[in-house]
Amino acid sequence: MTVGFVMMCHTALGRAAQVARHWAEAGCPVVIHVDRRVRRADHQKLIQTLADLGSVSFSHRYTCEWGTWGLIAATQAASAQMLERHPGVRHVFLASGSCLPLRPVQALVDYLDARPQTDFIESVTTADVGWTVGGLDAERFNLRFPFSWQRQRRLFDAYVWIQRCIGFRRRMPKGMVPHLGSQWWCLTRQTLKAILDDPDRALYDRYFRRVWIPDESYFQTLVRLHSSRIESRSLTLSKFDYLGKPHTFYDDHLQLLRRSDCFVARKIWPRADRLYQTFLSAADEDGPRAEPNPGKIDRLFAKAVERRTRGRAGLYMQSRFPVRDRENGKTCTPYSVFHGFSDIFEDFDIWLAKSVGGRVHGHLFGPGRVEFAGGESVFNGALTDSAAIRDYDPRSFLTSLIWNTRGERQCFQFGPRDNQDCNWFIATDPNAQISVVSGAWAVPLWRRKGDFSDLRKEAARLQKIETDHLAILRSMYVKARVRIWSMAEFIEAPMEPLQAIIDEINPRAARRLAEVPKLADLTGFGDFLQSLRNQGMQPTLVGDFTAGAAPDPTGSDRNRPYLVR
Amino acid sequence: MGVWARYRLRLKRKALRFRAFRKRRELSVVADRSRDIAAADILVATVLRNERLRLPYFLRYYRDLGVKHFLIVDNGSDDGSRDYLAAQKDVSLWTTSASYRDARYGIDWINWLLMRHARRHWVLAVDVDEFFVYPFCDTRPIRALTDWLDVYGVRAFPAMVLDMYPKGPIGAEPYREGRNPFEIAQYFDSGNYTIRKNPTFGNLWIQGGPRARKMFADRPAEAPSLNKIPLVKWARGYCFVSSTHMLLPRGLNRVYDEWGGEKASGCLLHAKFLSTFPDKVAEELQRREHFAQSREYIAYAETLKDTPDLWCKWSEKYINWRQLEILGLMSKGNWA
Repeated sequence: MTVGFVMMCHTALGRAAQVARHWAEAGCPVVIHVDRRVRRADHQKLIQTLADLGSVSFSHRYTCEWGTWGLIAATQAASAQMLERHPGVRHVFLASGSCLPLRPVQALVDYLDARPQTDFIESVTTADVGWTVGGLDAERFNLRFPFSWQRQRRLFDAYVWIQRCIGFRRRMPKGMVPHLGSQWWCLTRQTLKAILDDPDRALYDRYFRRVWIPDESYFQTLVRLHSSRIESRSLTLSKFDYLGKPHTFYDDHLQLLRRSDCFVARKIWPRADRLYQTFLSAADEDGPRAEPNPGKIDRLFAKAVERRTRGRAGLYMQSRFPVRDRENGKTCTPYSVFHGFSDIFEDFDIWLAKSVGGRVHGHLFGPGRVEFAGGESVFNGALTDSAAIRDYDPRSFLTSLIWNTRGERQCFQFGPRDNQDCNWFIATDPNAQISVVSGAWAVPLWRRKGDFSDLRKEAARLQKIETDHLAILRSMYVKARVRIWSMAEFIEAPMEPLQAIIDEINPRAARRLAEVPKLADLTGFGDFLQSLRNQGMQPTLVGDFTAGAAPDPTGSDRNRPYLVR
Repeated sequence: MGVWARYRLRLKRKALRFRAFRKRRELSVVADRSRDIAAADILVATVLRNERLRLPYFLRYYRDLGVKHFLIVDNGSDDGSRDYLAAQKDVSLWTTSASYRDARYGIDWINWLLMRHARRHWVLAVDVDEFFVYPFCDTRPIRALTDWLDVYGVRAFPAMVLDMYPKGPIGAEPYREGRNPFEIAQYFDSGNYTIRKNPTFGNLWIQGGPRARKMFADRPAEAPSLNKIPLVKWARGYCFVSSTHMLLPRGLNRVYDEWGGEKASGCLLHAKFLSTFPDKVAEELQRREHFAQSREYIAYAETLKDTPDLWCKWSEKYINWRQLEILGLMSKGNWA
């Protein structure tokens, strides 16, 4: 007993001839159907190429447009011819012209011999299929589809729309439960004969003539009426992407295909010379091999589809430029923004770098230049410290920085003196951790000597900027992890908030903070704030500092490890 | 985009095509072998001037990718480029001594040649110093890519310009004929690009790289554009608008995904910064035939005067397309 191949060809006939010859020479009869749209000359050439092989025959030609009945008519005719002419055939294998056998034919014959009663056809009920494209699954069977999806798209869509509007539903032939599945199957003579000789076949054919893409449902549905034993999977390795187009195999998939242990793969790029050469050469020995295992290929293609539909988070590039809120991740990894900390602590960045181990920058958005960690003038990805380039597109600058340093946490200082263009972006980015000590900008201002009226003006400006920023950080759209303290509140007990921030950055660090960042000497700062008030400028963001007395920065004056209770 | 704006773009496209049609007079045939172009051949179209030294490697590179025919306009070369090209069996050559600038930096000539010879072909419009890299280019010929694009009905394929430069002064190692320029210019900037969308034409506008970093650090808005759409399935009515940065109809510029996914894209490795560069700059400063009063070339001359080293600590050494894919400069999309 043997297996017979029915081949549906429409392009790359040369390759189809090669494969047909391979099968025929291995003793399997082949029936070839050539699409009617193929030119006569090409058809004749194919016939001549295979003329020396007695077991290859050609069936009546139908026009096989994608998604139409012609494909089924052609399959029926070819299968009937196969059953009639080759009584030795027990299984009929439906293949296409761009299929390629990956294992010797004998392996397939042995495999089928061991399962003489089994029909290999993917057949699942419509409710369970996840892969239908275009949202038409149950409707394929309920509506009528007289128009071509490829050529008459408008009519197609309009007709679907009209039917939906008037609530039209077709009546299904009795006893039939619609099933869908891959169109590449391998059926037993018994089942196939039962389907083709069914007394109600005319009824089914009339029904399926107006079903959309009947090649994915005709045999899949009818086999349920006749088969005694269905193995719901296809022996053909064939992967489809999110648009329903089959993935193509190239020369560089050779090892992958070889290790998949599948019998037949589709679809092969017609110019993949090495694949055809390797798999059609008879020398290939088939050792005792396992069941088909396309897992690796599945993963490869699943990843490709995910890349196409979701992309890499935080990447902005020439072929991925998401509109706002469709980024699937505004940036690629978490990062921390420290607002005001460097103003009230001395050498805060050095301390932070020691405590979290990430990369700690100065004011990345600072005026004048970009303060990269370590005072570098160029950073990962060849970002420069030119403020002009950064300010030309601050968002690109930030996303590039985070993208370029994937795998390493970035921390940077921020304040109202810096470029504020990214505030909304950062606030709505779930990867951002923003910690704010409000009013800290007043400390460097206080240190600065100069005309007090200028200082007052500057203080008003900075306070306005920071107020706006805080309004953003307190809005309902915020996705970042935001913590806000007023300066007075923060220096009362700085270690607890710091510990919380550090723990969040580095949750697995077992040690508690051993060293305290050194708080700047704030003696006289209260007086400065009071003089601002006296000048009519109310520093609201700093919090409650009493004039005269220096605040009591708990912990900062004690030079020993701090313990939080 | 409103009806009126769309109609204006249509008029612009017609005007550009008419302009290209008029500019055909400036081209005179040296060797027209366009009869040899077969139905599914992939073509390269380019305009050049005095590039004799680079040509052998350029032709070899694209022949190896599977390009079948070259459509070349020689803009008044006097270094033997013309004779060399005329002798190549797969090159159709036209020559002109007309102004490069008046032909909108050569793109009118290209538009005309494509109008005549490229319809229904995939065509790659590149400069002689641009080398097309696409996903799987080390194992699959360019035909595999175009066949795949055809399946999806994609008509245009983007490839960003990636400026390649050597370590050390630009002219230090002389470029010899036939040599792979990227053995010398091995380095590139991996992540300092800025992107914005052009609302009129719908294309992305990409700037950055070593030129922005070194030569336009104080006026980044003037840095050269790096976005290009060099590979197009040409059809009647198409035209390049400004170099190969954008096309009309504007649907061709939608080569990027806006819903979070990645479409497939490639890169054009740009071998500009070789030992030939200083001479080129000197010559172009004389001719003033380049974009925006040749401001790029003025900036190049400035840079060459003091620090002709574009290399920095974070420059990335080129390995292969997979590296570019991982760095996020190009993408495989759903091609696997």
